[in-house]
Amino acid sequence: MKLKKPLLMICTLALVAVLAACGSKDTQGDSSASGTANNDTTSTELSGSVLAVGSTALQPLVEQAAQKFMAESQYSKIQVQVQGGGSGTGLTQVAGGQADIGNSDVFAEEKLKDEAKDLVDHQVAVVAMAAVTNPDVGVDNLTKQQLVDIFTGKVTNWKEVGGKDEKIVIVNRPASSGTRKTFEKYALGTSTEDLKGSIQEESSGTVKKIVSESPGAIGYLALSYLDDKVKVVKYEGVEATVENVASGKYPVWAYEHMYTKGEPKPEVKAFLDYIASDAVQSGDVVELGYIPVSKMEVKRDVDGNISK
Amino acid sequence: MKAKLTDKIATCLIVVFSLLIVAILVGLIGFILVRGLSHINWHFLTSVPQTIRAGGGIGPQLFNSLFLLVLTLIITVPLGLGAGIYMAEYAKPGKITGTIRLVVEVLSSFPSIVVGLFGLLLIVNTFGFGFSLFSGALVLTIFNLPLMVRITEQAFRSVPKEQKEAGLALGLSKWKIISSVLFPVALPSIVTGTVLAAGRVFGEAAALLFTAGMSTPRLDFTNWNPFSPTSPINPFRPAETLAVHIWKINSEGLAPDAAQIAAGASAVLVILVLLFNLFARWIGGVLYKAMTASKRMG
Amino acid sequence: MKAMDERPVQVEPARSARWKKHHAEDLAGRSYTFICVALLIVIIISIVYFVASKGLATFFRDGVSLSEFLFGTTWDPEGNNGEPMYGVLPFIFGSFATSLLAALIASPLSICASLFMTEIVPGWGKKLLQPVIELLAGIPSVVYGFIGLTVVVPFMRNVFPGQGIGIAAGAIVLSVMILPTITSVASDALSALPRGLKESSFALGATRWQTISRVILPTVLPSILTGVVLGMARAFGEALAVQMVIGNAPHIPRSLFESASTLTSVITLDMGNTVMGSAHSNALWSMALALMFMTFIFVLIVRLLERRHRI
Repeated sequence: MKLKKPLLMICTLALVAVLAACGSKDTQGDSSASGTANNDTTSTELSGSVLAVGSTALQPLVEQAAQKFMAESQYSKIQVQVQGGGSGTGLTQVAGGQADIGNSDVFAEEKLKDEAKDLVDHQVAVVAMAAVTNPDVGVDNLTKQQLVDIFTGKVTNWKEVGGKDEKIVIVNRPASSGTRKTFEKYALGTSTEDLKGSIQEESSGTVKKIVSESPGAIGYLALSYLDDKVKVVKYEGVEATVENVASGKYPVWAYEHMYTKGEPKPEVKAFLDYIASDAVQSGDVVELGYIPVSKMEVKRDVDGNISK
Repeated sequence: MKAKLTDKIATCLIVVFSLLIVAILVGLIGFILVRGLSHINWHFLTSVPQTIRAGGGIGPQLFNSLFLLVLTLIITVPLGLGAGIYMAEYAKPGKITGTIRLVVEVLSSFPSIVVGLFGLLLIVNTFGFGFSLFSGALVLTIFNLPLMVRITEQAFRSVPKEQKEAGLALGLSKWKIISSVLFPVALPSIVTGTVLAAGRVFGEAAALLFTAGMSTPRLDFTNWNPFSPTSPINPFRPAETLAVHIWKINSEGLAPDAAQIAAGASAVLVILVLLFNLFARWIGGVLYKAMTASKRMG
Repeated sequence: MKAMDERPVQVEPARSARWKKHHAEDLAGRSYTFICVALLIVIIISIVYFVASKGLATFFRDGVSLSEFLFGTTWDPEGNNGEPMYGVLPFIFGSFATSLLAALIASPLSICASLFMTEIVPGWGKKLLQPVIELLAGIPSVVYGFIGLTVVVPFMRNVFPGQGIGIAAGAIVLSVMILPTITSVASDALSALPRGLKESSFALGATRWQTISRVILPTVLPSILTGVVLGMARAFGEALAVQMVIGNAPHIPRSLFESASTLTSVITLDMGNTVMGSAHSNALWSMALALMFMTFIFVLIVRLLERRHRI
């Protein structure tokens, strides 16, 4: 008999919690709506929330920038949320209106069809990639043709490209990956098939781990992930350095994009402007291993055409 | 003699294999703890993660895991109890009950990734809850609900028939019998089962990647207004749980001590699971004593 | 019963009022519990509906034929080499191979463990193994994947040819993960056996092994198989741990030590990179649909086994 009340109480509590949850959803929606309304009238202090979703490669930069942004006194009422999920998710959500910003490693035109027209591109950084091998293979330069031969399976032993007598193990990215697209487009100049026995990993951390541990392994990584556990291979005799990328000598790089649907809301614009500001570009961007867009002496369009 | 020898050999094999399992567990836990424990300290447990510098902690992730657990239980327990009671007490054997039982079985063996994708499609995108604790809790509810139902049903069925008959003889309504006669007796095993099932919440990552998100906003632990976006108890903020954090660090971690953090976080996770197991047994025992005693006083 | 006898008399007056109250109470309880059950059904219907609506788009909107999808061996959804190809046979093969192999490794171990707990040393054997099994079940899959990548893969690389990743590594990680499932089902079945069965066998002079192998195991075989199927179902649906160790090449591997893929590993790998609604994304949803379909099959097999057991 004693226990009836607690049971009822649990049930009511739960019900209240659920109702409260539903209620809070509504009020949250209201508050953000009113927040935007306020922005039109009082331009001095922005408030509201910004949701940036997408590329995991760009996530560290956006997260760090967001933290600093929210610490600035004039932006303290803006709440910036950053989510990973991949470039595809980012583009889906920004095109669908669930996110304010879609972070992407690739041009939206490469993933979306008609929806890409509505999206406004904000290029916030450049990320360069280098071919890396297991330290034991004994090769420190590969030409474009050699790389193509390796990644298409024509060459299967390191001695054919001037290294040790060791079988080549390819550590690739999945076909949908932006990193792979960049590497194929600018390093190989051709798209490749997934070879039998090749390893595919989505994440840079895992690629690095496998390349550093497997004898004869080759893969590619963004510059920020490079360290002495893997051997960085020169591309056509050019070292993968920030200077070489900026001057256009080293071609394997891509923009990191932050897309908005149409022109951004004031608080979203404030955040994008903040990322484009010199403080972030020459501070966090460099610190995290990306290359500031402003430093680039060459430009590139959707089709890969280079202009000075 | 030959039969005896085979018997001995077979027994030996069984014992060896069983000990092998124990060894696997000891090896696993030992490996995790040895690699992780040295990294665990108060600072690690309470500070925020760092992107590229060493010395980041897992404070918000730990909090998120626990909070997500509470949220999930708030949703799961009333629903699971209700459905379990229906299955045990109201459902008449027949086609419909059979179908419901099939549904529970199927639901409990759905791959977590399928449920996660469903959450992404419906809860996150269509309902617009976004990557949030609430979306995560709803998805975890889908996992835990069938377990809860099964636990409740079994607990109610294992109550001795006489207790129910006594209630009926007293002219009590069926609901009264359920809530005041059967429920107290079933409670200890329900609680034990629930706590054990809740342990799954800690470990789930695949589904949460798509629903609760992979990052945590700046949290202000002095702000307890559940509607404020910086409040830790706001259920509509994104939250990265400990398991998701391990996944993220393993795959994209840039910090120089990423491997140690992953090891430390794994150790914390395993310790939490251990504590949960112990707690489940302890609370089950305590409740059992309390319930049987109160019945005598009744 | 005695305890209950003491209180009834006080609630006698106003019979019809009480009847009404009872009725209302009962109605409330019945509706509350029924709503909960109805919700369960709504959940499963909506999961099936939404996954199917996305997954079937591959066939109806993108014009991929079912046989091309199920039996095609080329997976090239981005069309890197001409036309996009959506053959998922390599993944289906990988899923079956890893989960079958995992079940093969785990089943004997689990059966031994459950025999140890119930037949060999029923007392402390259970006290020792029960918590072990529960803990193994409690270790999160991410941690299993992490250990797989740091322990199992390097070990396999040193012992076997190849890079250590592949179906074998995946199966080993999975087998530890499904050990608890099989063991708990098997030991439940063993401890539910009527004592007489065993005793009569002993009385006939049979040794313990003879009793186990000729009397006990044949009797509980359907239950053990149920456990194995449940374990396989879990292995089939496991995503993160497998993805970390299997290598993810979209081909049917030539050996157990060569990079391969499962349905789940491809979904986790590609879902984030694809745009919802694109043909590639739809193909991934179709794979989720296939996973769901397999879940139904597993449950169906379990049901059949249980029915056989009942007779």
